[in-house]
Amino acid sequence: MAFADQFWQLTVTGLVIGSVYAVIALGYTLVYGVLQLINFAHSEVFMFGAFGGVFATRALLPSGNISATESIGLVLLGLGIGALCGGLAAFALERTAYRPLRRRGAPRLAYLISAIGASLFASNLAGKEFGRDSVNIPKDLFDYNTQVFSVFGARVSKQDLVVFVVALALLLLLDRLVSGTRLGQGIRSVAQDSDTASLMGVNVERIIVMTFVLGGLLAGAGGFLYAMKFNASFTMGFIPGVKAFTAAVLGGIGNVRGAVLGGIVLGLVENYGQFFLGAQNLDVVAFLVLVLILLVRPSGLLGERLGRAA
Amino acid sequence: MRLSVLETKRLAACLGLGLLLAVITGPSGSQDHPSSGIRGSLLDVRVVDFLLFGLVVWALAFGLRRARQTEAVSGPTAQLRQTVRTALDRRGARPTSYLAMLLVAILVPLALAPAAQLSLFLDIGIYALLALGLNVVVGYAGLLDLGYIAFYAIGAYVTAYFTSASALPIHAPFLLNPFFVFPVAVAVAALAGIILGGPTLRLRGDYLAIVTLGFGEIVQILARNSDGVTNGSRGAFGVPGLSMHLGPLEYVFPRTKALPYYYLLLTILVLVMIAFSQLERSRVGRALAAIREDEVAAEASGVPTLRYKLVAFAIGASTSGFAGVLFATKQFFNPETFSLQASILVLTIVIFGGMGSLFGVVLGAVVLQGLAYVLRDPIPFIGFQVADADRFIYFGAVIIIMMVFRPQGLVPSRRRSREIKLSEQGLGHADAITGASEVKP
Amino acid sequence: MTTADDSVLQVENVTLRFGGLVSLNDVSMSVPRGAVSAVIGPNGAGKTSLFNCLTGAYKPQEGQVWFTPAGGTRSQLVGRTPHKITHLGVARTFQNIRLFPALTALENVQVGVESRQKSGAISAMLHLPRSTRDDRESVAEAVSLLEFVGLPHRIHEVSAALPYGDQRRLEIARALGTKPSLLLLDEPAAGTNPAEKRDLERLITRIADTGVSVLLIEHDMRLVMSVATQVTVLNFGEVIAQGRPEEVQRNPAVVEAYLGTATDDQEASA
Repeated sequence: MAFADQFWQLTVTGLVIGSVYAVIALGYTLVYGVLQLINFAHSEVFMFGAFGGVFATRALLPSGNISATESIGLVLLGLGIGALCGGLAAFALERTAYRPLRRRGAPRLAYLISAIGASLFASNLAGKEFGRDSVNIPKDLFDYNTQVFSVFGARVSKQDLVVFVVALALLLLLDRLVSGTRLGQGIRSVAQDSDTASLMGVNVERIIVMTFVLGGLLAGAGGFLYAMKFNASFTMGFIPGVKAFTAAVLGGIGNVRGAVLGGIVLGLVENYGQFFLGAQNLDVVAFLVLVLILLVRPSGLLGERLGRAA
Repeated sequence: MRLSVLETKRLAACLGLGLLLAVITGPSGSQDHPSSGIRGSLLDVRVVDFLLFGLVVWALAFGLRRARQTEAVSGPTAQLRQTVRTALDRRGARPTSYLAMLLVAILVPLALAPAAQLSLFLDIGIYALLALGLNVVVGYAGLLDLGYIAFYAIGAYVTAYFTSASALPIHAPFLLNPFFVFPVAVAVAALAGIILGGPTLRLRGDYLAIVTLGFGEIVQILARNSDGVTNGSRGAFGVPGLSMHLGPLEYVFPRTKALPYYYLLLTILVLVMIAFSQLERSRVGRALAAIREDEVAAEASGVPTLRYKLVAFAIGASTSGFAGVLFATKQFFNPETFSLQASILVLTIVIFGGMGSLFGVVLGAVVLQGLAYVLRDPIPFIGFQVADADRFIYFGAVIIIMMVFRPQGLVPSRRRSREIKLSEQGLGHADAITGASEVKP
Repeated sequence: MTTADDSVLQVENVTLRFGGLVSLNDVSMSVPRGAVSAVIGPNGAGKTSLFNCLTGAYKPQEGQVWFTPAGGTRSQLVGRTPHKITHLGVARTFQNIRLFPALTALENVQVGVESRQKSGAISAMLHLPRSTRDDRESVAEAVSLLEFVGLPHRIHEVSAALPYGDQRRLEIARALGTKPSLLLLDEPAAGTNPAEKRDLERLITRIADTGVSVLLIEHDMRLVMSVATQVTVLNFGEVIAQGRPEEVQRNPAVVEAYLGTATDDQEASA
């Protein structure tokens, strides 16, 4: 099949998955902005969100046919609980793996290693508690595969539409939050210069925690979206984690709009790329993008303006 | 007695820790009953034990803090520490203790069961070698390599390619004795390290971590998907064992026995430890220390920082490749052998043992992997055991605990622990993560 | 003004900008060979920025920096990495001392000395004669440098534990270890007491006597006047005067710059 025939379908898939990458990438970029650190355990925050949302919808699904309102309500509930689990996980992560090191002024290597440890711990604990096979959201939640409409012959399913619209809403929400609220202002000031921010009366510790939690809420909701499209499992965080990080670097790490752009671009590129390299090498494409962007333009598409977050 | 807010918080944290421990060691859940594991752990009498444990930990820590406040430097613990230190510092103390440990390493395996001997080779010995190599990257160069096991994979596959006509779908036009593959695999792994590290090491240090993370994953994916080259997930069967044909000296290492491999590996470990300790004391080792502590000052003192980082990275990669050859001649492998978790396990060993400390990382491998082996079966009387799949929960916890409470590791390198202490006071760094980004355009 | 022939370093029209901020504007100067010269100027005049341009820490947008080591060929410094520039023969110290804190005094100097050695990782691991010879030589050279700067009693002390004045000297010894033709000292007298200042003065003269050209940035006018044979004055990133110390001291523009309004601290420290 020629690339041209597939182009629009690949584009739709790329946009949908890219929007989820963007949501996760925001967590990396926000934390990077305030701490100048890659939060390696962010992928596990995402995983906890996915499990939270999936288990909530599975537990609360009424038997028999469910109405449209119920189904919308359940999806929103899954999102909410997913976000909550993500936020809690991020909070716990910051408390245990980061804060004690920050108190001591530990070298940066220590943070990276500690986060790796947290990631290993969390994913395997989830494997023990939630089983080591993948879990799907309930089949009867809504008719995922029904085509809603088509663009140039590419079918857009209900599931695609839900994931994309919700992701977009989250992205817009965060953008408003960072550019227009006091919290956002605090985050931006800490990202620019935490010493000065602290002198100006910003509670840096609080901002750091809030940034983690914010990133965690997003990643948790993103995890539910991802699980909706694929499934949830204890190892699910790793690959989307690396990809979301790639997206953050691609857009310019520390840059909120950059992360969004990076996510979408990565989603598209990897879907076009897998057409040529084969579906089994989908993940290789993202890695190639990461290496290429680091070689050619390490500051990313929009430049890494820490602080000029939005 | 009334507790301060801080102490109350600490008490709560300790009790929380006890509950967490109860969950970790408790029954497992499943996807259909996701909360059953947690409920089974917490809504059971055993939870009392864990809460008590948390209380004891808090009380001990509280007492220790009190004691430290009052006794300052002259108290019994400080005295004990000082005695141990002077004993170790005494001339000849170190060589003697090393010799004693070597003797233990030679004699003890003779008394073990075959399964334990195999574990000693595969889980402890090979991982000690891997950890020594990673120590050059993490401990000496202050960089983080999360795809370290990929070079091990490269070593193993190169061995299969060059030594066997049947292990992989393809093989070299001429087959080599595994001993001759060592230099080849080391060279290939070093080359891979240079190709990967060359461009990435220019960037901020934490990018190396993520690129190597991706690299490790890609190598595994490619090994899994390239059926025509690597045999895919079926893996490589029938790599011949090691054999020596040096004139009159003929010896074929039997693949069914672990001890000959173990003793060969022990010899290699000793040689590698000597080589790396020479390295650390040489101009290269000093240059790497300079890079860790202040990259800008190192450059200004004429140290080509990028080249030295690359050298360290390549030494790590080639050690990993070397270990891969040794492994492949003994054991069947497939792509799953070279998982991300294996990379992180090696990192855990280095962190636990002590970054930069040769003796520490070897001891780290012995303790961690030894414990993992022992805990496969229930401990008598207590009945505690750790399922293979659950091991990594504990390893993850070990990493965090070490980073929070003892970043210098079990047996710290003196230079490294001094660096960590000084950098926490704001003097210099203790890694090569920040440095490069300080040089402005 | 010295002519091109006997200058060790020639700075030609160097301009350095950070975003819209002009840190150095069309700076030209030359550094005479085998003598002590100085760059002075109020805070934020661009002195450290200039040093950073000379040593490769910053890359100026415009201009050239030519360096001619004793008996060597002229080479361009702009666009080279810091360690390359050190190898060519330009060594430096930092305004806020940057030693390797956990290394001993000896090891600090050894790092400088060893930048000229060639033995690599493999010969170190195999303990080849090359490596052991290098090691012996670096210890001997480092010890004699520590004696030269007056720290023979500190050899095995951890550098972070040294008193401030000794740290300054140690940093100079480390720089000298690279066998420079030109030594750049960034405010060597900052934070030292009068006695230490006199010692420093003698040390700088002795360094120059060994044939090493010295360029220092200094606030202490007395020190500059007593050791330097040529002074360049920077203000707002521009050269406003250059010449012998007495001439410069009388220059009305210089007087104006020093007595005029204090400038803000826009100078970036390295």
